[in-house]
Amino acid sequence: MNMMSETQTEALLSKYSDGQPAIKMRGRDVDVFYGTKQALFGVNLDINENEVTALIGPSGCGKSTFLRCLNRMNDTIDICSVRGEITLDNEDIYDPKIDVVELRARVGMVFQKPNPFPKSIFENVAYGPRIHGLARNKSALEEIVVNSLQKAGLFEEVKDRLNEPGTGLSGGQQQRLCIARAIAVSPEVILMDEPCSALDPIATAKVEELISELRANYTIVIVTHSMQQAARVSQKTAMFHLGNLIEYNDTDIIFTNPGNQKTQDYITGRFG
Amino acid sequence: MTGHTVSAFDDDLKFIKRKITEMGGRAESMVEQAIAALIKGDHALAESVIAQDIILDNLQFELDERVIIVIAKRQPMAADLREIIGALRMGSDLERVGDMGKNIAKRAKEITEFTHPKKLVRGLEHLTSLALEQLKDALDAYVNKDEAKAELVLSRDDAIDQVYTSLFRELLTYMMEDPRNITFCTQLLFCAKNIERIGDHATNLAEIIRYIVTGKSELSKHGTRPE
Repeated sequence: MNMMSETQTEALLSKYSDGQPAIKMRGRDVDVFYGTKQALFGVNLDINENEVTALIGPSGCGKSTFLRCLNRMNDTIDICSVRGEITLDNEDIYDPKIDVVELRARVGMVFQKPNPFPKSIFENVAYGPRIHGLARNKSALEEIVVNSLQKAGLFEEVKDRLNEPGTGLSGGQQQRLCIARAIAVSPEVILMDEPCSALDPIATAKVEELISELRANYTIVIVTHSMQQAARVSQKTAMFHLGNLIEYNDTDIIFTNPGNQKTQDYITGRFG
Repeated sequence: MTGHTVSAFDDDLKFIKRKITEMGGRAESMVEQAIAALIKGDHALAESVIAQDIILDNLQFELDERVIIVIAKRQPMAADLREIIGALRMGSDLERVGDMGKNIAKRAKEITEFTHPKKLVRGLEHLTSLALEQLKDALDAYVNKDEAKAELVLSRDDAIDQVYTSLFRELLTYMMEDPRNITFCTQLLFCAKNIERIGDHATNLAEIIRYIVTGKSELSKHGTRPE
């Protein structure tokens, strides 16, 4: 019998002990600098598996910065440096051995503004699986595309025009297309940076409904400026202020009885 | 706590707070007057208490309307949410207190042909003063967001129950002594029960205030509501 490695054992233990959700990602003492300016100060935050974690806080508080650390999107910014430890399934994602492309397939991202490729709806979704070699043949690829569009709740609306450009869809549909594109490479974690801020309330409701459904299979981290949205979609909420994580708790508690005065002021609309 | 960035939200909260204090003041004075009418046999005063009930109902209506608008427009969170939901619940307790006053006033109109035995009157007055003190302290706790005072109110509910029980026994004794006492003793018994209920409403208010101030309710603290 193979001995399990220590990290594997730990992962299993944390997954099955006392009914607590397993920790999918873990941030420890995370500092982020843009040049000499420090944007995050020693953030310790656990992201539970199959839960939606909302990151809230006023503009410039560091919530998007933290989100972008989770799949090393900050690597794309030259002056940005990250210190501390961030793990995915107990594996340090900043380890030099880590393949960043593979990491971003495991930790997908959806942005504030829907950004479909200037290609057909089909190609938008097929692109990821193709470059990652996830489909053996054409029919397998088609299956992935249809599946992903279905999971993103978009398939029924676009099934007759898969070859039309993705950019021709409405804003809400484009955003769901981007979610389908993220799902297509079978990620484990989906990061969403204000995914609904450019959408109307109906499109927003559809995306929120989708987030709740996706939670069964994925771990989701969402940055949002809408307190109501955070309250509606997430199970855990983390409040950032001036680069510090100042409160983290069950969402139900944060929005009815937060422990920190700054959280209270922020969510009740008293911030100066 | 500092004001909201949207200052109209603060105006809404002030409005709601004012309505609760107005309702509290009105309910308190209705009960006071109803008992006075009962003890003095003052029909006119009793009539006036009955007439005041509609004022209290209107206050509650205004309160409810504003609460609904605030929830729809501002989606209150955290302390604001507790304040607003608390006010809604307090409003219905205070409206019930007014109903108790009205009920006592109606009975006061029924029983005037006898002179009350001193002892009964004193017992009733004592019970009333305890209940009104509870009500007043609960309202003070609300205005000052005073958790300690709310706890004090909660701790004193037993005293009212004890006085009520002893008054109940006395009334029974009078009834057994002379069946002609039964009618007015029954009326007094209902009045006493109403006052005891006012004490219960005061403890409800105190529980709500504790929730508004701390976010804690008995259910969340103990898992089940206490017996």
